[in-house]
Amino acid sequence: MTATTIKKTLLKSKQPMTDIRKKEARWGLFFLSPWMIGFILFYLLPMLASFGFSLLRFNPAVPDESIFIGFTNWQRAIMVDREVRLSFTRTLHFAAISLPIGLGFALFLAIILNSKNVIGKTLYRTLFYMPSMIPLVATVLIWNGVLNEQTGWINVLIEQLTGIQATGTGGLRWLADPQLVYFAYTMFGLWGVGNAMIIFLAGLQGVPTELYEAAEIDGASWLTRLFRITIPMITSVIFYQLVLGVIGTLQYFLAPFVLNAGTGFPQGMTRFYMVYFYKQSFSFFNMGYGATLAWLMFIFSLILTIVLFGTAKYWVYYAQEERK
Amino acid sequence: MTDNTLKRRKPLSRKARNRITAVLVTSLTLAILFVFLIPLAYGIVTALKTDAQFSQIGAPWWPATEAQFEYEGQTYPVYRVPMEDGIRDMALVVRGRQESQFIDIDSPEAGLITWQGSWRALDRDWELDPQWANFRTAWNTINFPRLLYNTVRYAAITTFGAVFSSALVAYGFARFRIPKKNVLFMLMLSTVILPGAVTLIPTYFVYLQIGWVGTWLPLMVPAFFAWGTNVFLIRQFIMSIPMDLDEAAMMDGASPLRIFFSIILPQSVPALTAVSLFHFFWAWNDYFNPLIYLVGHPEKFPITIGLTAFNNLYSGRTNLIQAASLISAVIPLFIFFFAQRIFMQGVVITGVEK
Repeated sequence: MTATTIKKTLLKSKQPMTDIRKKEARWGLFFLSPWMIGFILFYLLPMLASFGFSLLRFNPAVPDESIFIGFTNWQRAIMVDREVRLSFTRTLHFAAISLPIGLGFALFLAIILNSKNVIGKTLYRTLFYMPSMIPLVATVLIWNGVLNEQTGWINVLIEQLTGIQATGTGGLRWLADPQLVYFAYTMFGLWGVGNAMIIFLAGLQGVPTELYEAAEIDGASWLTRLFRITIPMITSVIFYQLVLGVIGTLQYFLAPFVLNAGTGFPQGMTRFYMVYFYKQSFSFFNMGYGATLAWLMFIFSLILTIVLFGTAKYWVYYAQEERK
Repeated sequence: MTDNTLKRRKPLSRKARNRITAVLVTSLTLAILFVFLIPLAYGIVTALKTDAQFSQIGAPWWPATEAQFEYEGQTYPVYRVPMEDGIRDMALVVRGRQESQFIDIDSPEAGLITWQGSWRALDRDWELDPQWANFRTAWNTINFPRLLYNTVRYAAITTFGAVFSSALVAYGFARFRIPKKNVLFMLMLSTVILPGAVTLIPTYFVYLQIGWVGTWLPLMVPAFFAWGTNVFLIRQFIMSIPMDLDEAAMMDGASPLRIFFSIILPQSVPALTAVSLFHFFWAWNDYFNPLIYLVGHPEKFPITIGLTAFNNLYSGRTNLIQAASLISAVIPLFIFFFAQRIFMQGVVITGVEK
């Protein structure tokens, strides 16, 4: 670490670039070129063009008829079109349910698999990871069956075990009840717990064992150790998963689209932001307006990321800072 | 005396306590795992059912058909009839309001047995009868070979492109001093969290103009221009390879390209494998892009879109939908079981170090 910084400062003091350095930089740029070309072609230019499109009334079927309309699309999205705000709140509502449950479950599994007392850890790890490998569409269809209100095993099991009526129209209508549908979608997500689980597991294995030994000598209970050592020590991993989770959920699209082709069933609850964006852009071909919605999503996710990073200093612990 | 016994007993009790926790935690894990995998069991069991079983009241949860019994050239339905010596499986031959005549299927030579009561109140006898043919029906109905060919081709070509281009870029980032390299690197990582929608509409329009919509090109070409996560993972790996070999080769006058192909690539095989696996699974799962670019071209659909279309067309045939879903999961699961260690290590590298 220090050696490289010294080297860097030494190199910086050599003001003009020597021929060898120039050659090296040229070779380096040559190797970076696939990414740099891709970045310009697939990110930078389309992003700018997207902003340009947001100022047009534009239908790709009749591109000649597009008209410059200034910020009318933006005005419509922010002030007039209630569906924009609604679909965004729905997405956040869903994130507020699915992320804590999903990340909590992943962390819980990681803690179990990290405990020295469990027998057959590798097997569990494989089996908990396995459903993450099933194509998401298949996952959604399998869960759609198992959550079926009449014949699905979840309702049948609940009824058998508790005696409460769970099947039928008066029971738990997982995918048709607006109160339950986000929980049903959250359950689909639990089958993708694998990645978060092993990332948490790696985080847990990085916690220095001396801390636990010291705590044990002081007589700290299992729970105290969990909340005072384990969780604080891996907040950076939790934070990273949270940021990725928020951004991922903002773009949540597949499950509602597979199950109801974006109708928002039940009662519009699953018309998430990305679904609405798709409808406007690729069903109604309002691409000028679609570009506006896309840019708004970009701004939303930027704000959310900045807010999350802003809160980080209050609760996220980075091991490096301690050493300084 | 008491002190001594305490001292002697303490480590023992602790060991016992550990064993109890082990049993408790293990059984808790097993219980969670059981619930976690219920949907998979449901999928398999449901895929094996007959169409009729879904609508019949009193049908068991396992794949079964109602038992029939052949007697003197005629088939009769089998019921579970309560007799003095317990419930017996008997075939209903003569139906009656007050009493009916049955044949005991275990001893048909005993002839007709008269049973008092309404046969309508009896339960049917179900026998295990998994419909393995459902998998074949699903396979043919959905035209699985075509979907599989499309998906594998997509996954293979983009995996090659993504891995090769990412390795080039990763080598550039790992080994060369380039002005503003850190800025470029951060810029590359930030594209990972950029919502795809924000670039979608102009790219779609351009592809439409050059006639690429309705072909695989918009899905494949971008893969050849290096992706942030992949570059990150390979770069981490290349940085851990000692520089001695590169330097020795450079002294011998090898060009950077030569070094890349004959030193860096062969040594980065673990990272390249991990990235290939990631990309392969990613492509296998890709939904949004094929949906947009291949709409109206069923012969080009990958599995994900084909499965969705199948679900919409055959929404009443739960057994076939479950069978098709399971078929689509076979190859990824198969690869996963063979490569899980490499795969999980890759997840950890991209997940923790970033």
